[in-house]
Amino acid sequence: MIKKRLVLTFPSNMVDQPITYQLVKKYELIVNILRAQITPQESGKLTVEVSGSRKNLDRGVEFLSLLGVGVRLIAQGVQWHETRCIECTACTSICPTGALSVSRPDMRVSFDKAKCIACEICIPACPYAAIEIEPETAG
Amino acid sequence: MAKTIEEINEKIARKEAVVVTAEEIIELARKKGPKKAAAEVDVVTTGTFAPMCSSGAYFNLGHTRPRIKLGGGRVTFNGVPAYTGLAAVDVFLGATAVPDEDPRNSIHPGRFAYGGGHVIEDLVGGKDIRLSATAYTTDCYPRQKLDTWIRLVDMNEAVLFNIRNCYQNYNVAVNLSDRVIYTYMGILQPKMRNATFCSAGQLSPLLNDPLYRTIGMGTRIFLGGGIGHIVGPGTQHNPDVPRSENGVPRCGAGTLSVTGSLKQMSANWIRGASFTGYGTTMAIGVGVPIPILDEQILLNTCVTDSEIHAQVVDYSSSYPENVLGSIGEVTYAELKSGAITVKGKKVPTSGLSSYVRAKEIAHILKSWIEEGRFFLTQPVETVPSVDSGVRFKPLSERPIEPPASASQKSGGLP
Repeated sequence: MIKKRLVLTFPSNMVDQPITYQLVKKYELIVNILRAQITPQESGKLTVEVSGSRKNLDRGVEFLSLLGVGVRLIAQGVQWHETRCIECTACTSICPTGALSVSRPDMRVSFDKAKCIACEICIPACPYAAIEIEPETAG
Repeated sequence: MAKTIEEINEKIARKEAVVVTAEEIIELARKKGPKKAAAEVDVVTTGTFAPMCSSGAYFNLGHTRPRIKLGGGRVTFNGVPAYTGLAAVDVFLGATAVPDEDPRNSIHPGRFAYGGGHVIEDLVGGKDIRLSATAYTTDCYPRQKLDTWIRLVDMNEAVLFNIRNCYQNYNVAVNLSDRVIYTYMGILQPKMRNATFCSAGQLSPLLNDPLYRTIGMGTRIFLGGGIGHIVGPGTQHNPDVPRSENGVPRCGAGTLSVTGSLKQMSANWIRGASFTGYGTTMAIGVGVPIPILDEQILLNTCVTDSEIHAQVVDYSSSYPENVLGSIGEVTYAELKSGAITVKGKKVPTSGLSSYVRAKEIAHILKSWIEEGRFFLTQPVETVPSVDSGVRFKPLSERPIEPPASASQKSGGLP
């Protein structure tokens, strides 16, 4: 059993197809949707955590690629620039996983990459451009 | 035993002054007792580092050959427009100015990636800035256009002049609506899923001298990493608000106007900021030294986060509608714990003012004084206090009557 976090990008003609269902049904994968941005007539983006056997996971990813779904592995999605950060803590109350957190009472901000699901909610919340998405890495 | 500023300065000159930060004094006074602490401690240093929108800088750019009259013309720094209603080569750049071509909120929420605050940060950081200008010509100023690189060192004067900084206390922002809102208090999640606040609390300058006994025009301060001065009360200074027994206001109250030469500041302490869906601004580091002239002044500096209260305000309705209304009161100790309870709901909190940086400023100012490099000043005029009659009021709008001829004309229409 292995677990991977993926960002799936759909072309606009595919947003109405039940792809997640196929992953569950055909490949016996456990799919946990972390973030979904799907608008009819536009391309969609789904951030998912997928777990299952290595074989099924590989087959599932192959199935998605054949359908034309972009698959990007979240390995090091978000980058925190410590020197740009002023440690105001603005990002910490909206980070859903506690990857960006505050130590108390000294109020220091830190970033735990292992907890980050690259949902990107923190990026517009930082006034100092201290959080950025790393350049795309192949899945 | 009461002390004077002159006596404290003599001790600073001998490098014998006892200086502690507004955080350190709390424990020290608890141990020694206020009387002994007041006798021993000479200065308490404060600090704050947060976005302060009413900030900006004026520049004298030097005259071109042949001369150009920028006054009444148009000037941009890296595309960000500056105010030119001044003499030939004097301009003022505000922190919230954005380039004309910035889409602002037409694609909501706007990013506001670069504005006046960023230009000032870049200048202080020693970067080259593109200065572009167009002007009307006169007999004495024949030139029409200017397009050049310029740096801070090239300018004659470059002076930070902030008409409102250092708010004494501030609202806690929440969003009661069912959609995300983008405010100067950050991104607020629907149905009160987060709350933001903006004050250094127990380290904040005006919360340590709540009735402005030692602070006023001419007070020498830490400003943007260099030395600056207080000009006087800032805009919207509003001393006559509900206060706790310790004199600390329970909502936004006093403000300061401050100034200092940008040429001795550091880009660490002057930071351009972009608030998604709101606009650009600038975060500034300010530290004010408080001379411990008597026991009461010392007691004021001993204020703790649990003794400072703030009002929770709904930024989806009561703030934009400008309708007074607090939906709860919390302390900075609660805010800094990571969650507050509002209307029975636990709400996660985060700040916009950096406590870490505020503390660093208080320590830098402390070291400057200890090393005999920074002396205290007697204010020429203290900031207006509770009994001054100074009040902050909303704009009273009056209808514009159409000109007589226009109303006759419209009256004649069928």
